[in-house]
Amino acid sequence: MKRRTIRVDYLARVEGEGSLYLRIQKGTVTEAKFRIFEPPRFFEGFLRGRNFAEAPDITARICGICPVAYQMSSVHAMEQALGMTVDGQLRELRRLLYCGEWIESHVLHIYFLHAPDFLGYQDAIRMAKDHGETVQTALRLKKIGNEIMTIVGGREIHPVNVRVGGFYRLPSTAELQTLIKKLEWARETALDAVRWTASLPFPDFEQDYEFVSLRHPEEYPLNEGRVVSSKGVDIPVREYESYFIEEHVRHSHALASTIKDRGPYFVGPLARYNLNFDKLGETAQKAAIGAGLAQKCQNPFKSIVVRAVELVYACEEALRIIRGYKPPAAPFVAASPRAGAGMGCTEAPRGILYHRYRIDQDGSILEAKIVPPTAQNQKMIESDLRNYAARHLDLSDDTLTWQCEQAVRNYDPCISCATHFLKVRIDRD
Amino acid sequence: MKHKTKPKLAVWKFASCDGCQLSLLDCEDELLAVTGAVEIANFPEASRAVSKGPYDISLVEGSITTPHDAERIHRVRRQSKILISIGACATAGGIQALRNFRNMKELVSAVYASPEYIETLAKSTPIADHVFVDYELRGCPINKFQLLEIVNALLNGRKPNIPSYSVCIECKRRGIVCGLVAVGPPCLGPVTQAGCNALCPSFHRGCFGCYGPKEACNPGSLTARWQAGGMTDAELLRLFRSFNATAESFRKESEVHET
Repeated sequence: MKRRTIRVDYLARVEGEGSLYLRIQKGTVTEAKFRIFEPPRFFEGFLRGRNFAEAPDITARICGICPVAYQMSSVHAMEQALGMTVDGQLRELRRLLYCGEWIESHVLHIYFLHAPDFLGYQDAIRMAKDHGETVQTALRLKKIGNEIMTIVGGREIHPVNVRVGGFYRLPSTAELQTLIKKLEWARETALDAVRWTASLPFPDFEQDYEFVSLRHPEEYPLNEGRVVSSKGVDIPVREYESYFIEEHVRHSHALASTIKDRGPYFVGPLARYNLNFDKLGETAQKAAIGAGLAQKCQNPFKSIVVRAVELVYACEEALRIIRGYKPPAAPFVAASPRAGAGMGCTEAPRGILYHRYRIDQDGSILEAKIVPPTAQNQKMIESDLRNYAARHLDLSDDTLTWQCEQAVRNYDPCISCATHFLKVRIDRD
Repeated sequence: MKHKTKPKLAVWKFASCDGCQLSLLDCEDELLAVTGAVEIANFPEASRAVSKGPYDISLVEGSITTPHDAERIHRVRRQSKILISIGACATAGGIQALRNFRNMKELVSAVYASPEYIETLAKSTPIADHVFVDYELRGCPINKFQLLEIVNALLNGRKPNIPSYSVCIECKRRGIVCGLVAVGPPCLGPVTQAGCNALCPSFHRGCFGCYGPKEACNPGSLTARWQAGGMTDAELLRLFRSFNATAESFRKESEVHET
């Protein structure tokens, strides 16, 4: 058999720049690389010497798609270093802001980045010609996520209202209440999204993954919890680096993560769902089961349904927070510098995001470490590509290439984040 | 109406966070109208399909940080009738231009275990340092309504209405109490170009200059007052050295406070 190369030099419908390369020799996939060539920007380097209070604004700029995740992981890490706790309504407002980002990001991925693969369209704009109402509804849904971010955070991209200790300005009860009717519509629409995504055609592809996510005793994880896995990891965030290691591989500008002595792992909605189904609340649970999704799901292509289930959850959670909102006495807890170290781990829309900082007595950052979700998924994505391609070698190069792209998009990779990452190329021998 | 070819719009990414191009997808109410008026000919974040240039309008996000990108931007320019650089990275080098003030070797080693795998330039530079730029949109991120305005104006053959006055004008117009006078936190509003509608002051915090310096600003007179009020050189240095650190007047002012 001839040598085949499947390559995509610039993977579309992902955030950032990456490529895919598969080499097939004598009917075997001999190499699968998910390459991140997004130019490195050296955030951890230039954070050194900056003030602790600048971390949320600076790290937000790692990613325009999930700035809230960066702001949240950094404020939690800093608050730990400074020995402070932020709770009550301020904690609730942080969850609300995060719900806004989940809604915006999940809707973008479900309808604009991923669904076109299932339905055979190049993009959502072409999809809109045949599915006009679906795309219009998606835009309206996405806008509600952005409105939450605008009211709580100031703007949808790089919100300005987050600070170590809380917020600069509290939203008024009246401002938040304008969201109630919209969110009630959004929750019903999200339930439709669960049914709609579940009706898409899924390849039969189940893998024995090690899922990793946060887990919290009382809630579906967003800002806080222990780091747990489907194969027995159960640790506080501060022990993260004892279990998860980063490796710098030649083909990528992102550092690829593994679990020490075990190998690749899976973060993101599918991991959260598998590890936290019991915390989803009745509406989202019923929607998942009703759509034929089991409590455990090992098929990464079904992550699109799981995103829709999380969309239901995020709308419900946002409604709960808004209905119970009582403006706290002050918008923030005052932070005063002291020497120390802190770790923060929160659930970005695409998986856990870990930050660690060391600061001196004046609040200057001495060291920063950031592990974004896509860098953690990088090796799992490569493993999926190898296994998926191996089973579908009979497909034409064009079809195989597209399906490999789709397999990558299962992870909603955010390459801008990972580089601190995608092209598809398949080589056949 | 007779069928006419739609103008081609292309979106290009260099070193950036993707936030500015996301602004286009964040135009939820206008997106389908935009795609009705232009052909999205190259926009990898949104579509697999790519049509060949030349392109009528190119939106360029990000700064130039690698030898490969320093060549690629010339190819983009050659294929573009009108090139618009969008956002603080494309117009001023972005947050990653903080490297311009540091030793590159140290930075690479601080982030990557095998620095030899990393190919990068010592400086992060704006698009206009490399090719002719027709229009600029400031901001970290850009304001999506300014993006719609510029595309709309160009499609209709009129001059885009993008104000170049300071954030102070927007702030006064909104009737926000001046934090600089009444509260006292550092606010870069007087020296920063408008476009955000005085967002930070409306959230009870000082402007941190994410739209970059307004033309003919005088940061020295601001910092003199702040220094008299007790602000340190280190604080002033950080204030001017953030998302538009290498924009000329911010860079010069920050250098005054180098110790």
